[in-house]
Amino acid sequence: MADSRKRLIICGMAVLLAAGIVVSVFLGKFSITPRELWGIIISQFADIDVFWTSQQEHILWTVRMPRILAACIVGTALSCAGCVYQGVFENPMAAPDFLGASSGAALGAALAIILGMGDRMITAMAFFMSLLTICLVYMIGNRTRGNKTVGLVLAGLMVSALAQAGTSFIKLVADQTNELPEITYWLMGSLTGITGEDVLFAFIIILIGTIPLMLLRWKLNILTIGEQEASTMGVRVDAVRAVSLVCATLITAAAVSISGMIGWVGLVVPHFCRKIIGNNFKYLLPASILTGAFFLLMVDNVSRNLFEVEIPIGILTALIGAPFFIYLITKGGETA
Amino acid sequence: MIEVRELSFSYGRHEVLKGISFTAEPGEMLCVLGHNGAGKSTLFKCMLGILRGYSGSVSIDGKNISDMSAVERAHCVAYIPQAANPAFSYSVADMVLMGTMPQLSGRLSPGNAEKEIAMDALARLGIEDLAMRSYSQISGGEQQLVIIARAIAQGARILIMDEPTSSLDYGNQMRVQKQLTKLIEDGYTIIQSSHNPEQAYIFADRIICIRDGRIYRQGRPEEVLDEQLIRDLYNIDVEMISSGDDKARFFILKQ
Repeated sequence: MADSRKRLIICGMAVLLAAGIVVSVFLGKFSITPRELWGIIISQFADIDVFWTSQQEHILWTVRMPRILAACIVGTALSCAGCVYQGVFENPMAAPDFLGASSGAALGAALAIILGMGDRMITAMAFFMSLLTICLVYMIGNRTRGNKTVGLVLAGLMVSALAQAGTSFIKLVADQTNELPEITYWLMGSLTGITGEDVLFAFIIILIGTIPLMLLRWKLNILTIGEQEASTMGVRVDAVRAVSLVCATLITAAAVSISGMIGWVGLVVPHFCRKIIGNNFKYLLPASILTGAFFLLMVDNVSRNLFEVEIPIGILTALIGAPFFIYLITKGGETA
Repeated sequence: MIEVRELSFSYGRHEVLKGISFTAEPGEMLCVLGHNGAGKSTLFKCMLGILRGYSGSVSIDGKNISDMSAVERAHCVAYIPQAANPAFSYSVADMVLMGTMPQLSGRLSPGNAEKEIAMDALARLGIEDLAMRSYSQISGGEQQLVIIARAIAQGARILIMDEPTSSLDYGNQMRVQKQLTKLIEDGYTIIQSSHNPEQAYIFADRIICIRDGRIYRQGRPEEVLDEQLIRDLYNIDVEMISSGDDKARFFILKQ
C-alpha cells in the first residue's frame, strides 16, 4: 500500500474519532439536543438567553464531557503503549500490562481503598504503585543472566504474581459491605464517576509520554528486526528502548490509575491497525492512537447506555476484544 | 581497508579467539571457514562493534572502530545476517529504508532522498519489482537479497555476512553469490563465513581458516584448500578432485 494512502486512512480515522465524540455527547439518560449543546457551548464565550436547564449544563460539563475525554485518552494510552511494547519486545502478544503495570496499579488502588482513602488518593496510589512495580521489574530484569528482554518479561510475570497475591490478600481482609465491592468494581475497570481533575491529570502525563514515542516511532521499526542488527545500523538500541519503555509505562500507569483494569484494548487495537495499515510504526502508532480512542469511546457508550445499570467497561472490552482478536488472527489482511 | 590485529576474545574464562590478524582490501572477497563453534560469528561480532571487551584492534582505513560512534561505524561496515523472518513483517521498501538510518543525521525518519537511496539499492540487485511486496511473502533467496540491499542503502563499503547462503537452495545460493561478485567488482569488501569449501574455492579471493579460535591457514584458495586442510578443519578424510584446469575443486568422502 502506498504511503499516501496510509496518510489518508489516518485522516479518516481522525475524522471518525471527531464524529464519534460529537455523537457521544448526545448519548445518555439526560437528553441534550444539538441546539441545546450549541447554546451551552456558545454561552461560555458570549451572553445569550438560556434556553436549557442548569441540570443539562451540569451533566454536560461535569459528567459527560469528562467521561468522553477519559474514554478517549485511556483508549489512546493503552493502544499506544501496547503498540510500543509489541515492538520493543519483538513480540506480537505484548500488551500494556505485560510488565505488571496493571497488577501494581490494582494493588495500589486496593490498598488505598482499605485504608479508607478518597478517590483522589486511590488514583494517586494506583499510579505510584504501578510505577513502583515497573521499577522493581526493571531492576530485577537487569540483573538476570542471558537475554535481557526475556529476563524483563519473566521479572514482569513474577512481580505481577506477587502484586496479585497482595491484592487477593487485601480482598480477603477487606470489609465485605463497602470495601470489597469497591475493590472488585475497580478491578473490573470503569470510567464511572470520573472527574475533570482525573482527566486533566491523566491527560498531562499521557501527553508527556506520547510525544517522545511519536518522535521515535520510525526508529522503533529497526528495534523489531533484532537488537544486534539494529546496533550495526547505528541505532543506539539501549537508549531508544529505555526511552520507549519508560514512556509506554508512564502512560499505561496514568491510564490504569483513572480507569482501573481495562484489558484487551492494548492488544486488539494495535493488531487491528496492523491489519489495516501495516507494521511500519510511522503510520501504525498514529493509527493505534486514534483507533484506540475511538474504540474505547464506543465501548464506553455501550457500557453506559445499553442497560439501566452500567456494565463495567473492562467486562465489555474482554467480551468484544477476545472474539475480535480471534477473528483478526484467523483472517488474513495487509501484512506489510 | 579493514584490518584486524591480534584480536583475542573470551566469553568468561572460555577463550574463543586467540590472536587473529588479517586484512581485507576493497574489491576483495574473503571467506572464513571453520567448524561449528570455531569462533567465526564471534569474530564478526567483534568486527561490527557488537561485542566489546576484546584485546587487539579492529581498524577501518587506519581508524580504530572503538573510537567511532555507532553511526560512524554504520557508515563503514554493514552486517548481513542470515535472512530470518522478523516478528513483524514490513514491505521490502520499508525494510531497505531501515538501512538508511545512519544517513538521517539527527532527523527522525527518512525522507525522499533516503527513499531514492533505498530504491537504488534494490535496483542494483535487480529486485526493484519486489519493493511493495511483503518481506515475509517473498522467497528465502529474495529475502537475502533484500538484506544485502539494506546493507548497500546503509552506505557501508565493507559487508560482513554470517553464512549468507547456508539456508538457501542451490539456485538461490548461486544467485546471491553472483550479486556478491558484482559488488566486489564495484569495489566493495565482503567478508563472509561459509560451511561450503567448494563454493569458497570458486568465489573467494582469499580464504581464512579458523581452528579452535586461531587462524590455522590463510591465503589464496588454490594455495590453501586441499585434502589436508579439510581433514584438519573438519576432522574427516576426503579425496580431492580438481576439475576444469583447477577452476573447481571437489572433495569426496573416503570410505
